[in-house]
Amino acid sequence: MKLKIKLKIKDIEFGYGSTPVLENVCLEVAPSEVVSICGPNGAGKTTLLRCINRILRPTKGSILLDGHEVKNMRMSEIARHIGYVPQSTANVFPVTVFDMVLMGRRPHLGWRSSEADIEKVVEILKMMKIENLAMRDFSGLSGGQQQKVIIARALAQEPNILLLDEPTSNLDIKHQLEVMEIIKNLSIEKGISVITAVHDLNLASRYADKIILMKGGRIVCAGSPASVLTPENILAVYGVEAVVKSELEKPYIVPIKPKRGEEITHIQKCTN
Amino acid sequence: MIAETTKETTKNTNEVKEQYQKFAGRKIAFIFFSALLLVLISGISASLGSAGITIWEAYATILHRFFPAYFHTTWLAETCVWDLRLPRITLGILTGFNLGIAGAVMQGILRNPLASPYTLGISAGASFGATLAIIAGFGFIGGGYLIIGNAFVFAMLCSFIIITFASRKDTTPETLILVGIAILYIFSAATIILQYFGEEEAVAAAVFWTVGGLDRASWDQVFMSVIILACCAPLLMVKAWDLNVMLIGDEVARSLGVNVNRVRIYTLSIMTLMVASTICFTGTIGFIGLVAPHMARLVIGGDNRFLLPASGIVGAELLVSADILGRNIIPPVVLPVGAITACMGGPLLLYLVKKRKEI
Repeated sequence: MKLKIKLKIKDIEFGYGSTPVLENVCLEVAPSEVVSICGPNGAGKTTLLRCINRILRPTKGSILLDGHEVKNMRMSEIARHIGYVPQSTANVFPVTVFDMVLMGRRPHLGWRSSEADIEKVVEILKMMKIENLAMRDFSGLSGGQQQKVIIARALAQEPNILLLDEPTSNLDIKHQLEVMEIIKNLSIEKGISVITAVHDLNLASRYADKIILMKGGRIVCAGSPASVLTPENILAVYGVEAVVKSELEKPYIVPIKPKRGEEITHIQKCTN
Repeated sequence: MIAETTKETTKNTNEVKEQYQKFAGRKIAFIFFSALLLVLISGISASLGSAGITIWEAYATILHRFFPAYFHTTWLAETCVWDLRLPRITLGILTGFNLGIAGAVMQGILRNPLASPYTLGISAGASFGATLAIIAGFGFIGGGYLIIGNAFVFAMLCSFIIITFASRKDTTPETLILVGIAILYIFSAATIILQYFGEEEAVAAAVFWTVGGLDRASWDQVFMSVIILACCAPLLMVKAWDLNVMLIGDEVARSLGVNVNRVRIYTLSIMTLMVASTICFTGTIGFIGLVAPHMARLVIGGDNRFLLPASGIVGAELLVSADILGRNIIPPVVLPVGAITACMGGPLLLYLVKKRKEI
């Protein structure tokens, strides 16, 4: 069993040039917790994820990994704790699925891939049920298969924290559910904390323990799906009128129409 | 698609592992047989010519130096092989090896299948340096090394400019390619202007240098190149994993703990040193750096731990073969090897593009 590690984000800020993209973002994630970040395009979801594993360096604030400052850690050390699944992977050159997943061992690896690393990759391929694709070329796979390979690569890092950037955005509904199930199970079985940007509010509602609503680089509201996904909040953040029903004991959002006219600034205060 | 996943029988752990190891074995076999082929091609190259030496005599002559008790040779064969042909062949092997590895590294760190030492203007810089020495008589190092020294210094200068750009925080591979092409144009223009004002004979000499060849090869040059290659190649190989990871994007590479900028600067510097160390002797030789990595990749895939040495060996094979052609198409005229690779390169690339589509 791996050490359970808590992630704490305090007051981080980030900007491209002089335009702020993130402001005063605070967040705490417990082991085994699945946190979904929702919000309109340009809300800063991807930027927040990239700041967490230091692909981008926040201009202010601190990120603590089990009490240790991420900015003082070596990149390979961060990579041993935090796995990352980007939105898209563009490949110019052929790579086999096996090699793609083996790359996840990079933070642990010397020059030679040891027997243990190879076995680890096989184990993960089996767990994701993609072992029959092992020798196929990555770019020849379907979107769903590719996404599983990328998640497998992040798992090969043996992370305590998994960051996913819209993991379901290009998938059909069956693959969307499959991927979310995999993520949920990982968090339960391995104690991995998951932070994922999601566009589909209903997927977030189904699978997340905690939802964070972002707009304009700030966290507007955070808490359980039921407390965050209210018609008022959806209107305030997305500018969309919606009806919130209850399905499978979770809030179920039916968007009705975009709201025209003045921005609504009132946001219902929510607590966990 | 999921149906397909479940329909196929689940393979057990050993089977996947075996498959992977078999593929790795194939890569090592490819490198081994390529090396053998290189020895064969070199033997052929050493035997061809007006002296009428057979390929076995050529090998015997080479081995005679090391094991005089076991292999015998004649004075004629000894002179032909050791004094005339071997320096040329070994310099050819080294140049091809450097260009092949350099191409593979460049294509990797720039994530661009069209990248080669040409693309970043390194060859253009070397040409300008040599032209400057030949036409204007200006150089950093005097005497016999005037041209060579200049070519080397200007090749390194180009790379220095590119590295300055590469060390900026937000530089993407695309930016580097644009910078490289700009440098290529700047130095080509400067070379043309120099040639326009040059004496007729000097211009001819400069043009002759630009079309690279192995005619000036000597053992001194070979030793210098061997030392640089022996130092640099391991330094590049150490970074093979980082190069692999960088193939799938800077962002992912960073998330896997690779300091992308640092690796790019490190590999660029070492690679330029390798390339400059041979093209300053031979002149610019095109297409090897572009084509050799593609040929190797077609057989063994993109894992840089295998791709780097394989590209080097394929590059050496291509260059030595091109030299064989150049010496024997219309004897006794020796066509410069740069002219042959330029002729071979285009069609070969077309063939590879077609072949890749079929796969």
